[in-house]
Amino acid sequence: MGSNSSSMNNIPNAEQLVQETGFSAAHILRLYERFQFLDKDDTGQLRPEDFGAVRELAMNPIGDRIISAFFSPGQETLDFASFVRVLAHFRPADSNRTRDGAQPEPANSSMRKLKFAFQLYDQDRDGKISRAELLQVLRAMLGMQVTEEQLQSIAERAIQEADFDQDDAISFDEFRKSLEKVNIDHKMSIRFLS
Amino acid sequence: MGTSVLYEVKTERGVFCMLLLLYLCCSGGKGELQESQPAQTSNRPTVKPFNNEPQAFPEEERASLPVFTMDYPRIQVPFEFTLWILLASFAKIGFHIYHKITIWIPESCLLIVIGLIVGGIMHTVKEEPPTALSSNAFFLYMLPPIVLDSGYFMPTRPFFENCGTVLWYAVVGTLWNSIGIGLSLFAICQFEVFGLQDINLAENLLFAAIISAVDPVAALNVFEDMGVNEQIYIVIFGEGLFNDAVTVALYSMFSFLADMPVVESTDVFLGVARFFVVAFGGVFFGLVFGFVAAFTTRFTHNVRQIEPLFIFMYSYLAYLVAECFAISSVLAIITCAITMKYYVEENVSQRSCTTIRHVVKMLATVSETLIFFFLGVITVTVEHEWNWAYILFTLVFAFFWRIIGILVLTQIINPFRTIQFKYKDQFGLAYGGLRGAICFALAFTLPDSINRKDLFVTGSIAIIICTVFIQGISIRPIVEYMNIRKTNKDKQTINVEVHTRVMEHIICGVEDLCGQWSHYYWKDKFKKFNDRVLRRILVRDHRAESSIVSLYKKLELQNAIDLLDTPIGDLSAAPSIISLQDEKKEASRPKKKFMAAEVRNMHDILSKNMYKIRQKTMAYTNKYNLPDESRTREILIRRHASIRRTVRAGSFRDPPERNIPRSQKYYSLQPGGDLEAAFALRRRSHGSGSGDVDHLSAHVQFAGASARSSSRSLVPMRRLNTIEEIKNPAEQPAVSVHPPQRSNGEDALNKTGPGSLGGSSLRGRRGPVPAPRRSSSDWVEEDANDSEDTGERVDPPQLPPPRGWVPENQDPGENGAGNALIRQSPHRSMRF
Repeated sequence: MGSNSSSMNNIPNAEQLVQETGFSAAHILRLYERFQFLDKDDTGQLRPEDFGAVRELAMNPIGDRIISAFFSPGQETLDFASFVRVLAHFRPADSNRTRDGAQPEPANSSMRKLKFAFQLYDQDRDGKISRAELLQVLRAMLGMQVTEEQLQSIAERAIQEADFDQDDAISFDEFRKSLEKVNIDHKMSIRFLS
Repeated sequence: MGTSVLYEVKTERGVFCMLLLLYLCCSGGKGELQESQPAQTSNRPTVKPFNNEPQAFPEEERASLPVFTMDYPRIQVPFEFTLWILLASFAKIGFHIYHKITIWIPESCLLIVIGLIVGGIMHTVKEEPPTALSSNAFFLYMLPPIVLDSGYFMPTRPFFENCGTVLWYAVVGTLWNSIGIGLSLFAICQFEVFGLQDINLAENLLFAAIISAVDPVAALNVFEDMGVNEQIYIVIFGEGLFNDAVTVALYSMFSFLADMPVVESTDVFLGVARFFVVAFGGVFFGLVFGFVAAFTTRFTHNVRQIEPLFIFMYSYLAYLVAECFAISSVLAIITCAITMKYYVEENVSQRSCTTIRHVVKMLATVSETLIFFFLGVITVTVEHEWNWAYILFTLVFAFFWRIIGILVLTQIINPFRTIQFKYKDQFGLAYGGLRGAICFALAFTLPDSINRKDLFVTGSIAIIICTVFIQGISIRPIVEYMNIRKTNKDKQTINVEVHTRVMEHIICGVEDLCGQWSHYYWKDKFKKFNDRVLRRILVRDHRAESSIVSLYKKLELQNAIDLLDTPIGDLSAAPSIISLQDEKKEASRPKKKFMAAEVRNMHDILSKNMYKIRQKTMAYTNKYNLPDESRTREILIRRHASIRRTVRAGSFRDPPERNIPRSQKYYSLQPGGDLEAAFALRRRSHGSGSGDVDHLSAHVQFAGASARSSSRSLVPMRRLNTIEEIKNPAEQPAVSVHPPQRSNGEDALNKTGPGSLGGSSLRGRRGPVPAPRRSSSDWVEEDANDSEDTGERVDPPQLPPPRGWVPENQDPGENGAGNALIRQSPHRSMRF
């Protein structure tokens, strides 16, 4: 811890981040190293291209969406704090933390996790997954294996399944409902190395 | 509660009576054979004369050809074996007649009880215990099916996701248990009070190794019924699977050590080395045979009959070869099954696949049933050496070390897990540790050189019976009471599949971003390797298919099939209603309305049904039941039946293949559309209903109208899934064109009546609206029939399609069959 704190000092707002995100100092430190590794030109800001340089991520079918999920709209760069804040979504839910009313919902609640996934579909941020948006994701994930027609009908069916208010799109509520049987916490958690 | 107990007692008595009968049957047979073999003097005269005469004195003075001979000794072993299996199977049937028994009391308990009863009977008539359960018979014939079953039906994905934990518990946990129990028993043996000083350390360890094999069948059944979460389930499942391997390895090691007079320190190291050889050798052979099996099935598509055979032969071969080299045959067969399953199931036909699954299940069930059954029998019939101290301490230590082991091991593994085990989960894990078949078999196959063998056998039986009865019966209430974390693992929808996949991608991506690896990373790597190399070699049709697509196909198929059964069945009622010719329209209207409501109702039923189907396909493999797919099969059969019915009904529907997509569209029709459909139906029925009575002109016009209306009703259903789109094109003509047509159709009103021919042609010209009738594939035939009935003057409008949709152009040629077509062509040429 002692050696950590010395390097912790280099990190802007480290203490506050620890408090805010629930990451331990060791986590933060490791993430900061990673951040610096990704930040090739040492500006303290990450650009989408920096993310793209991660080879595996570039090969991820929805990699570009994942990347863009880190950037709030209109923003071209990402500082470390925001980086950690996004990653905080993927911390496993901690069972022992008591929920006090004053604190807003932590980023790693399953609701926020779901929201994150939802926003990956909802590119135009209108709060709904339209058929076209669903199709884009499907196309990205299924690639060449299926015909466009099959894609269409899969999307059609998915929307039919989830769409309760008949607006031909999946709202967040409908999204949540369709996934309520899935243990989101299990699915959307990463054991961060420290 | 009182009644249920009563029922149980009743059923049990029934089962018992049945068994008694059966036993009497077979004991008669057995009596002879046992007598004839050791050539004892028989105290029970049976049909023996027949039996012995021909073979004992073949060349007697009167060597006449025997008319009736009986050669029982020749068939004795297989005959006895068959009877045992039958007996055990009858017992199983008995349990399931009244289902509640198996909910509260695990099957293994019941089997043991039956075995005890039969054993008791055998004991009283001084029968010898069955010879079937020798060491070799167990290891060569009865163990492989059980293990193959577990390996083949192991839920692969959760297993690999929890691979580390499973192996941790299986290997370290088993070692922990055997060494812990062994050492503490050895300590107990040092007390002179108990008179156990002659049991040395190696023998104690051997015994401990035997009883540390966990056999979680009962626990799994309970967990599965209650939907306990995936993690616990798979950990228990995997632990049971792999600690068999560890136990067998330990067993061979310790029994070797127990035989040696002096154990030196190098032997211990050699023993450790051997342990690894045994384990990895087993995995190696399994992989080799698994891949060979997969590769073989690539070429079996011309000999479908013997396809399933390869699976069994190769896995058995893996087992035998491993056994031959004295390495872990259990691991070999498990690895083999896991390896080949994926590829084999893609290569073999659906039918072979079903066969494989059934046979695997069947063999495993039989083996396990027999083992528990024999356990009961042998408990009664065998000589026991009972030592209170030793056996009680064994029980205590077994519980103690299991619980401590789980607690300690979980504390160690927890930091490495994304989802940590809570204390409740740990309790579930610990309490699920029943002892079972393997333990019993190992005990029974102890070498005779061990001087306290009887004590060990007794001890093993005691611990099995205690755990199976006490824990097995109490685990359900306890788990229910503790309310161990559950998950809903059912309800498989496209949404879930898609979104889960997205989430996996997200996790994978974010992990890459953070520069860390997890099993997703390895999964990804393996998948690539698999797609690039393995599938190319091992699978005949090696295009990778995403699980989303395959799930989608499956669901759509079921969906379509289901729809074929319900709403179509409903629609096929239409002709019969049409045939009610004198029915007035007022009368028929409510009827049709009702039908529309019914259709909607059926959608409801349907959606519920589909839910259930999906639930089924997701279910975990139960030790005794086949997992999924069975439902699909049944559905297929039903679908064939309904198609046949359709064809026989012979009337208005086109080839069944086309029904599927269309009925789907029906499904996607929103409630609003139904009314329109009902409308169309009613009108059509008028047309044909009035057919005989009315004069021709009315018919002619009406035929057109009906065609139009039916087609119109279909348009929305076929092509469009949303009402907004449908309504406009459909409604518009309904308002503008229909009313006059309908009035035409009715003889009474007959506005355009006199100019019938003119009217029809006029209608034809006016026609832009109705044309779709051609492509409305299902009604076309019927329309053709109609027009035939009514005569040639029909000129069914061959018109440009309405704006709502595009007709399939190839259809008119084939489908607008009949003489109507002759008339049409000139019109067409005229018009266009």
